[in-house]
Amino acid sequence: MIAPGTQVRVRDDWPETRGPCHIRTPHYVRGEIGTVLRHLGDYPNPEDLAFGRPAQRLPLYHVQFKRYGLWDGGRADDDILIEIFGPWLETSS
Amino acid sequence: MNIAELDSDALLAALRQVLAAKGIASEEEITERIAITDAASPAGGARMVAKAWMDEDYRELMLTDGARAAETLGIPMRGMPPLGVLENTTEVHHLVVCTLCSCYPRAVLGYPPFWFKSVSYRARAVRDPRGVLLEWGTDLPEQVTLRVVDSTADYRWMVLPMRPDGTEGWSEERLASIIREGDMIGVTVPQAG
Repeated sequence: MIAPGTQVRVRDDWPETRGPCHIRTPHYVRGEIGTVLRHLGDYPNPEDLAFGRPAQRLPLYHVQFKRYGLWDGGRADDDILIEIFGPWLETSS
Repeated sequence: MNIAELDSDALLAALRQVLAAKGIASEEEITERIAITDAASPAGGARMVAKAWMDEDYRELMLTDGARAAETLGIPMRGMPPLGVLENTTEVHHLVVCTLCSCYPRAVLGYPPFWFKSVSYRARAVRDPRGVLLEWGTDLPEQVTLRVVDSTADYRWMVLPMRPDGTEGWSEERLASIIREGDMIGVTVPQAG
C-alpha cells in the first residue's frame, strides 16, 4: 500500500506497442512524477477484465500531477487528479 | 456467417435468451436496469447539491460517500460504480473529464451530453482547461486553482458547486431548479438569475 503524500513515478511503459491491450493509464502521465492523494479501494484489474481473463484485485490510487509539468504553459498551481492502479506506480524507496 | 451483417434486434434477442438461459440476467432484471438508466437525469444530482447547500450533515455524507448520499434521496445505486464528490470552494474549482472514453456519473446525472463524449472536449479539458472554461463563459477568479479530474478507472465523479449569491432564503426545490448538468461537471457554475 502506498501512503498518501508519497511521491510516485508512473511507469514509462507502452504495452500498446507490443500487442492488443486495454490500459486505464493515460499516455500523458507515463514516466511522469506525481503525488498519491489517497487509496480509493481495490478493484479487479481492467487490463484482464477487458479480455475476459481472471482479474486480480489491485489497489487504485488518486494521484495528483502538476499540470504545467505535463503540458507547456498553464499556471503553476493548477493540477490534474488521475485514478491509477498500483502496478503502474514506482516509489523510490 | 458475418456477425456484423446480422440484424441487431435479432442479435440482442439472442443475447438476452442466452443470458436468461445461463442464469446471468433475467428478462425482468434487464428491463428494470434499462428503466433505471432511462430515469436517471441531472435532476437527481441537482437535488443532492441543493440538499448539501441546506444541510451540513448531508454535505458531509455526500463528500465522504457519494453513493450513500444518492441512495438517501432515492436514487438507485445498486450495481453502480462508486461515486466521488468534488467540492468547489473559493480556493479550488474542479473540472471532470474522461480522456480515455466517456466515464460519466450516469446514476446521478443521466446520459452524458454529446460534448462530454467529444474528442475535442476530452483532449482540451486536460491541455487547455482554462481556455475551455472561458468558452463556456466561466471566468474563474484569479486566486482559484483549477483541478482537472480525469476519470480513468472505477470511480465516477461529480462536482458539488458553490451556492451562488442572490439565493438567500430560497427553498431546496428552488435551489435545485437552477443547477445544470454542466455545473456538476465543472464547465459552468450555478447562476441565481
